[in-house]
Amino acid sequence: MLVIPCPYCGPRPELEFSYGGQAHVARPTAASNPSPADWNAFQYERANIKGLHAERWRHIHGCARFFNVIRDTTTDEIVRSYRSGEK
Amino acid sequence: MSGHYRTASGGIDLERSRPIRFEFDGQAYQGLQGDTLASALLANGVHLVGRSFKYHRPRGIMAAGPEDPNALVTVRRDAARSTPNLSAAQVELYEGLVAHSQNRWPSLRFDVGRINDLLSRFIPSGFYYKTFMWPRTAWHSLYEPRIRAAAGLGVAATEADPDVYAQRYGHCEVLIVGAGPAGLAAALTAARRGARVLLCDEQALPGGSLRADTGTRIDGKAATDWLRETMLELAQAQNVTVLTRTTAFGYLPHNMVCLSERLTDHLASPPASKPRERLWQVRARQVIFATGAIERPLVFPGNDRPGILLAGAARSFLNRFGVLPGRRVVILTAHDEAYRTALELQAAGAQIVALADLRARASGPLIDAARGAGLAIRRNTTAVGTRGNLRVCAVGLAAVDADGAAAGDTDWVSCDTLLMSGGYTPSVHLHSQGRGKLRWEETAQVFVPAEAGQSCRSVGACKGLTGAALAAVFNQAATAARDATTECGFEALPVTIAVSDDTSAGGGWLGTLPQAARPRGGKAFVDWQNDVTAADLGLAVREGFRSIEHIKRYTTTGMATDQGKTSNLNALAIAARQLGRTIPEVGLTTFRMPYLPVGFGGLAGYARGELFAPLRKTPMYGWAAARGAVFEPVSMWQRARYFPERGEDMHQAVARECQVVRRSCGIFDATTLGKIEVAGPDAIEFMNRMYVNNWNSLAVGRCRYGILLRDDGFVFDDGVVARTAEDRLHVTTTTGGAPRVLGLMEDYLQTEWPQLKVWLTSTTEQWAVIAVQGPRARDVLEPLVEQADLSAASLPHMAMTRALVCGVPAMIFRVSFTGELGYEINVPADYGAEVWRAVWESGQAHGMCAYGTESMHVLRAEKGYIIVGQDTDGTMTPDDAGVGWAVGKSKSEFVGMVSLRKRALQDPNRKQLVGLLTADPRHVLEEGSQIAATPGQRPPMQLVGHVTSSYYSSVLRRSIALAVVNGGRSRMGETLYVPTPAGESAVTVTQPVFYDSKGERLNG
Repeated sequence: MLVIPCPYCGPRPELEFSYGGQAHVARPTAASNPSPADWNAFQYERANIKGLHAERWRHIHGCARFFNVIRDTTTDEIVRSYRSGEK
Repeated sequence: MSGHYRTASGGIDLERSRPIRFEFDGQAYQGLQGDTLASALLANGVHLVGRSFKYHRPRGIMAAGPEDPNALVTVRRDAARSTPNLSAAQVELYEGLVAHSQNRWPSLRFDVGRINDLLSRFIPSGFYYKTFMWPRTAWHSLYEPRIRAAAGLGVAATEADPDVYAQRYGHCEVLIVGAGPAGLAAALTAARRGARVLLCDEQALPGGSLRADTGTRIDGKAATDWLRETMLELAQAQNVTVLTRTTAFGYLPHNMVCLSERLTDHLASPPASKPRERLWQVRARQVIFATGAIERPLVFPGNDRPGILLAGAARSFLNRFGVLPGRRVVILTAHDEAYRTALELQAAGAQIVALADLRARASGPLIDAARGAGLAIRRNTTAVGTRGNLRVCAVGLAAVDADGAAAGDTDWVSCDTLLMSGGYTPSVHLHSQGRGKLRWEETAQVFVPAEAGQSCRSVGACKGLTGAALAAVFNQAATAARDATTECGFEALPVTIAVSDDTSAGGGWLGTLPQAARPRGGKAFVDWQNDVTAADLGLAVREGFRSIEHIKRYTTTGMATDQGKTSNLNALAIAARQLGRTIPEVGLTTFRMPYLPVGFGGLAGYARGELFAPLRKTPMYGWAAARGAVFEPVSMWQRARYFPERGEDMHQAVARECQVVRRSCGIFDATTLGKIEVAGPDAIEFMNRMYVNNWNSLAVGRCRYGILLRDDGFVFDDGVVARTAEDRLHVTTTTGGAPRVLGLMEDYLQTEWPQLKVWLTSTTEQWAVIAVQGPRARDVLEPLVEQADLSAASLPHMAMTRALVCGVPAMIFRVSFTGELGYEINVPADYGAEVWRAVWESGQAHGMCAYGTESMHVLRAEKGYIIVGQDTDGTMTPDDAGVGWAVGKSKSEFVGMVSLRKRALQDPNRKQLVGLLTADPRHVLEEGSQIAATPGQRPPMQLVGHVTSSYYSSVLRRSIALAVVNGGRSRMGETLYVPTPAGESAVTVTQPVFYDSKGERLNG
């Protein structure tokens, strides 16, 4: 079980969180009339990285907020976490 | 007397004044308090304790710890408390203990399965894969059950586990695994510096190898005295927790170590109040592994007979339990430690018939001591075979020639015990589970921990200090503990432990022993537990297996409950030699948790029975239960399914309830519907972006049926949404969908549109919802309602108002999931039961009934109202589900909007929601049935859809069904065919609305 550093609440056990998939996947707006390829990429294409992976977590049994984590997928080491909208 | 093989004195684990009776395979024996089952059986001269996995060969006790691959027993208290596959050396004796051997029939001494041994040349490794191929169907029905019955381990308990299993979290600066000399030195160091220390050991008593140490003096004291004083110091320290009978079985990311603490298995009558085991999840800043090393057996023909033990195990049995494994002992070794065993056994009265050393040269204080004690040492000597049926009676020794092969005549030495030692394998399991790297030590021929994967250190024998002087072990452990505690922010404070009369030992052997060019001595076992021989490994390599992982799976070496603790390194050495590669080139198989088997009870902990999942009940649950309602689980809720009267079955009750609702009215508990309050100045804009509907036109006090998609364009949830104020919406969801809808909303609000001023609050449990549906609904409610006008003019269909109901502040929604005039009264949950009773009383004059979810389903199906998750399946667009009208036409954004533009999602031949009427009005189709366009097809059939909902409608006096059919809306009136077990059922495609198709009753 991981210890996840919530940028709002501090380190908490993984039980308090839910996983939210790869971070920084930009969602095209409907108004921008994305091409089928762009929309498909947004919908279905993920990096599946071996190594440092930016991913979303939600502190669902805590502050309920989404935030981002940089985790090494080979070791599960969490390098850092930061708020949504930050880099 | 507690056995003929018990020494007159000694045995530090024993309480000699407390004899214990126990039973093995129906025979009564006596042991002593402190014995393990293994030591007590050996004290009684019992070596034969099991039959092997595949060949059913007689097997005995080989090791003194849980690594023993052979002596597996079942300990049985009763039908519910029967634990199979325990190593006899890990079973602590208690008064009245009952244990059984395994894998034998009809008896341990005479086992018909032994025929497999005689047929063994026909059943090499991979035999099952190669042979039982034809006919294919026979595998499940014939071959597998027979093979499993003949080859196997113990049998699990047959009744539900009645015991309680505890779980808890632990937190500490330093967790030390193993309370042998290294672990104790580490614990003393860390503890004296004030860090929170957790020290665990799998044995009942701490001390590890110190418990068998008779010579060394520590701080001027005998090792056992030092051990006692050290444990006293640790016990008195406030910052130290010592857990015995506790196995660390898993090392997980972020320095979490899982421990299994056994609390009552050693007690004759466990108190009912006490948990049987406790599972610890320990989060440690630093972990120190002091897990020791496991002695390796030697691989030579006939090495598996009862009476053949590891030399270190014999020493352990002697010094801890005062047990001689036999009286005429042959020792075969490649490691100096076995000389210690020889000396101590001789001193305890056993005769050392022969002391054979595989090495050409061996020297050192232990060898000198052996020579000084008059023991004849045969150097350069190998074993080429053994004799004996149920117990070894002789061992064939031969000299090793210059080419490393057995040469000359075999000298058959008669004996009753053969002790072997191939050296020690460091226990690197936990280090490796934590992604630590290993390094091959060429001189010592062992893998030792290198780079750690996490904040951990290995010390002592598991770090490669096997047979090393104790002083070196203490020094290494104290240094590691000092470094670990310093990293946790504690000041340095040196700890020194003085050691004298200390001797180090070395040596070791990997792989098969030297044999003649054409060995004739029989099977040379590598993995005792799986009956894998050196020849099997050779065969696997000859058949083309190259990876050690594949060789393992093909031969099964290193599998099952012991996970190859004694066998893996020998197997690796043999495979590497066959492959012509070095051991580090071939590499080890992956270490996975658990280190030792862990019972399911401990893993499940409290999460069983009523505590397995939360049970959610509405405020009206008690009323419904008192009325005899039959409940069904819907997500975690208990919902009333129907209210049977006077011996009705479900169909009769539902038929009556539906008719009463359509004729008069019914009351229904809709509390479980998910509710989310969407509040804030941007609430309408947020809803516009989330749901497909256009919310700008929704006036305050009005409701609308909303549909929520995922971004893939498929229906995710639906429900009625009411605008309760200018900046506030009351959103309802499906019963099971509430958490995921809120999660999806929060996701978009927080990460896509954080600038929107909107707040989302789950209000599911704040409101009790009482639905009153039917033509008399208004008459029932009007007497109870103040401050609101329920007339059609002021509260039309899809309107809402605030009011007092029975004096309770309420929201009244005029909505209908039945197609009748209907209201849903929302009152604060605490008032739910009270208001429900008042409505019930008021309804009696109008013939009102209570109805459950089953009638609700029928009533809504008669109207063609979909249930998301029943009539949709995650691949349906709003248009597919027949609710495309709800999609706002002029919207610029909503979740899923882009996907709906895809050509594939606009294909007119997609599955669309339709109604089906069977030719036989009494025939109710099975939900999930497939639908064919043409009759009389044989598999593989061309299918055009499937049935999603199907009921008997008592109101319509016939069956009705909803289905999704390719291009369904253009097939109105067509006849389709539903294959059923009783034959094909012809159905007519209709509109999905079967009752009041104009919707006039809604406006009553």
